[in-house]
Amino acid sequence: MDFADVINTYDITAESLMNARALVLMGSAIGAGCAMIAGIGPGIGQGYAAGKGAEAVGRQPEARGTIMSTMLLGAAVAETTGIYGLVVAIILLFANPLVNLVVPKG
Amino acid sequence: MDFGSQYIELQLGSFTLRLSETIITTWIIMAALIIFAVIVRSKLKKFEEVPKSGFQNVVEAMVEVMDSFVAGNMGDKYRYFGNWFFGVFAFILFSNLSGLLGFRAPTADLGTTAALALTTFVLIHFMGIVTGKLGYFKSYFEPVPFLVPLNIISEIATPVSLSFRLFGNLLGGTIIMGLVYTIPMYIRLWVPAFLHIYFDVFAGCLQTFIFVMLSMAFIGDKIADTD
Repeated sequence: MDFADVINTYDITAESLMNARALVLMGSAIGAGCAMIAGIGPGIGQGYAAGKGAEAVGRQPEARGTIMSTMLLGAAVAETTGIYGLVVAIILLFANPLVNLVVPKG
Repeated sequence: MDFGSQYIELQLGSFTLRLSETIITTWIIMAALIIFAVIVRSKLKKFEEVPKSGFQNVVEAMVEVMDSFVAGNMGDKYRYFGNWFFGVFAFILFSNLSGLLGFRAPTADLGTTAALALTTFVLIHFMGIVTGKLGYFKSYFEPVPFLVPLNIISEIATPVSLSFRLFGNLLGGTIIMGLVYTIPMYIRLWVPAFLHIYFDVFAGCLQTFIFVMLSMAFIGDKIADTD
């Protein structure tokens, strides 16, 4: 069904459209907050990696450089899921694709 | 609030040219790197067997560090990748640090990072085909043939995660600093300075290192898989 058809069929006024927009924005803001819960995972993962790295350096101080770069690589990979959450939150907040579904531009 | 890349519109006769901040900053960084490269090239003739000038020492140290870094990660045989990775490293590092000069970092734009990740993607598969020949195509059917879709998805996920990691880190930093800069000057005091040190210098250098390191690891993995 086209957008114009929806307006004609259901007698949609400007006010109800604004309400729909407000509802979508509210949901998006809550969704962005929920998406950032993904930050817990990388936090635990990177902390674990750093802890093990410190342990390894303590046991073998001469291998510090190798341990460091390996740890950073592991931490970066662990961070990926958190970054996905961040990107979803940023899209919902600053480039929301859902608002235009309810209220097309113009 | 808009933290996206802003546009400048230029009227050239009958058509308008839209230049984004990302493009302009990229050009500035490219110009700086090219000028530096030309200067190094012009001084290359004066370089001696045993370095006497500080400049030669610095240039040799940079090349040597990158060279041994590549050789350590990918093996001595693929040392020539150092040429490529040095360029990528310098470009990403300068783009990440450009936030210190008041530019909007080009890497805070998905276009730049996706382009960089795509070059890695092309290199992975080009090297896979060159070194592995038929073994490269066979590797998709392992361990069992019906896992082909999953293998293809995992290959596509590589550049996606590579580009999103760099992009997300830089954009997150840009947005947080943009929010802090909206606080009046007399309240925010020195807070932005510390944020710049963390997001631009620390996270910027770390993400550059990680991008190059992961690219090397992925290409090396593919070579080792099929070799």
